[in-house]
Amino acid sequence: MINADFLAALTFSLGHNAAVVVLGCAAFGLSAGLVGSFVLLRGRALIADVAAHATLPGVAAAFIGATLAGVDPRNLWLLMAGGAATAALGSLAVRAAAATGRVREDAAMALVLSSGFGLGVVLMSVVQSLPTGGQAGLAHFILGQAAGMSEAEAQALMILAAIAAGCALVLFNPLRALCFDEAFAASAGLPVRALDLALTALMLLVAVAGLRAVGLILVVALMVIPAVTARLLTERLSVMAPVAALVGAASGWVGASLSAAVPGLPTGAVVTVTACALFLLALFFSPTRGVIAAALGRAVMTWRIARDHALRGAWEELERKGSGADAPFAEAAIAEAWAWSAARMSAVSLALRRAGLWQRAAEPGFLRLTASGVDAARNVVRRHRVWEIYLTRAGGVRAFAAHRGADLIEHTLPPEVEAEVEAWLETADPDTARLAVPPPVEGARA
Amino acid sequence: MSTTASLPVPALSVRHLTVAYRDAPVLWEVGWATPPSGLVAIVGPNGAGKSTLIKAVLGLVPKLSGEVRIFGEPLAAVRRRVGYLPQRASVDWDFPATALDVVAMGRYPRAGWLRPLGRKEKGAARAALAEVGLSDFADRQIGQLSGGQQQRVFLARALALEADLYLMDEPFAGVDAATEKAIVSVLRRLADQGKAVVVVHHDLATAPHYFDHVLLLNLRAIAAGPMAEAFTPENLARAYGGRLSLLDQAVAAAAGAPGAAPRA
Repeated sequence: MINADFLAALTFSLGHNAAVVVLGCAAFGLSAGLVGSFVLLRGRALIADVAAHATLPGVAAAFIGATLAGVDPRNLWLLMAGGAATAALGSLAVRAAAATGRVREDAAMALVLSSGFGLGVVLMSVVQSLPTGGQAGLAHFILGQAAGMSEAEAQALMILAAIAAGCALVLFNPLRALCFDEAFAASAGLPVRALDLALTALMLLVAVAGLRAVGLILVVALMVIPAVTARLLTERLSVMAPVAALVGAASGWVGASLSAAVPGLPTGAVVTVTACALFLLALFFSPTRGVIAAALGRAVMTWRIARDHALRGAWEELERKGSGADAPFAEAAIAEAWAWSAARMSAVSLALRRAGLWQRAAEPGFLRLTASGVDAARNVVRRHRVWEIYLTRAGGVRAFAAHRGADLIEHTLPPEVEAEVEAWLETADPDTARLAVPPPVEGARA
Repeated sequence: MSTTASLPVPALSVRHLTVAYRDAPVLWEVGWATPPSGLVAIVGPNGAGKSTLIKAVLGLVPKLSGEVRIFGEPLAAVRRRVGYLPQRASVDWDFPATALDVVAMGRYPRAGWLRPLGRKEKGAARAALAEVGLSDFADRQIGQLSGGQQQRVFLARALALEADLYLMDEPFAGVDAATEKAIVSVLRRLADQGKAVVVVHHDLATAPHYFDHVLLLNLRAIAAGPMAEAFTPENLARAYGGRLSLLDQAVAAAAGAPGAAPRA
């Protein structure tokens, strides 16, 4: 039953009214994601939350005022105007309080958020005592209730969302310049103060538009979560903003559909949970910034370092004994050179055998480099020593420090830097450069 | 200091410029004029007000008093002819933008802020990036560039402005030798094209080699003029000597007066 209704709502076939509401919430999510991208990059995520909470006293006051004046107090535009007024006041109050230098900004935000919301709750209890107050439905402004929305309300939502998204698109380049480098933008003639106000106005517009559908407590989620999700997936704002808009739209769509199917469910919560699920997906599976990609990258790096160390250990052990590159050497000698535990040594040993870099020698406990292992070891040792030579001769680093420095950097050396160092050695010391493997720098070993 | 019609107009001139951040005076009665073109260094100890001077010229920090003229005109009349290069540390390099995106921001004023950049403007941005030797890095996210490369991206963005007067805040800070060389050659090229470049510079050893003119600054303008005349041990000693503590207090009092409370 619930499933059928949910699917019906998702596909806009739960009746005309429900379809308009779902569409409205999706449009709202889209504009929230778009505007939220700039809010996030400007470092205003928390201010957006303050503004959202500060709408409550305005909504309640507008309701009371309308009742006293004999106007219909349930007019959505009126309530939203009231909310916008106090939200604007709240954000200005934060800025003013921080500008005095006597209150820190985070404290100012906590102050305005809690006192705004507190004042709103007090006014709500006044609303309850009014003759019209009982059925006011103002509670829906706190957690959002898309299910009960009228078509007119959904249309209002769509209009506001379209305005916000349109403004954000028109102001795309100026907002990008403002968010990245305000001083440069100002020096190039951009009216940064007016633009900053415009961004705040867009943020307020989104916050107020979302009141009825998503609720003031969670409206900030739709501004921040899609933007953060999109940031995980791309390195370009021109991609991030549309992706954030899509994530927001998807969250609004699913949230409103579920809410339509299960009338008791607050839309804001469902929308937020949906957005959060998308965020978690991006956090784990983003190919560039994801947790899994990072763990894989670290694992690959760990393997490369262990492999290079093992190969260099083998090469230097053979050098020390004066035997040929394909002569056997003791596994224990390598473990000792790198202070590896027996378990670690056998893991590394197995990994290099699998990679075909070395194999067991006839004598137990002894290994022998394969042909490709010899090549790899020669490259690894050469890279290390050339870098050492560069650090000591060109950089004036002391030999032991150079050895350590080379050890730290050689595994991540980009090819172009490696080529540059080789070119440097070619001019500085052609004799050494011609050797397959230069000798170690004097005093580089403890 | 009078600029009559017969004299060449300085690229930048300031008179009686005083700036204070809340309690701390930063610039006090600075009077200074650059030549019409060439490379000019602003040199002085930490906290001498070098960056603030540039920001005050650009109207980025409020002035307590004073007058700024650029090519003999107020800033608003010649904004297109002025290019600013802020300190590298002043922005978040994790911003979702590529090197080319950042340089393209230098084209916004000419292309129109509200219009998407056309092919011609993008070409100009690419050319600016090529001029600093970063063509191969155009599509790299800016956070993945080295410090020297980031500094060159900022320089390319300034070049994309096609200004006549450049104000650069520590373009040599924390860059490698190759970048420093690349930046110097770009600056020389600008000077050869008849442009004026004012650079906040912290390295006393290289200043006389890179620049033609100098302003020694420490709260006040200590000395200014051609490098050979102004960059003397006596003047340097005066610039790097102690600050005048009574003056500090006087400016702090002025800054705290009603109606005059500028902030950072």
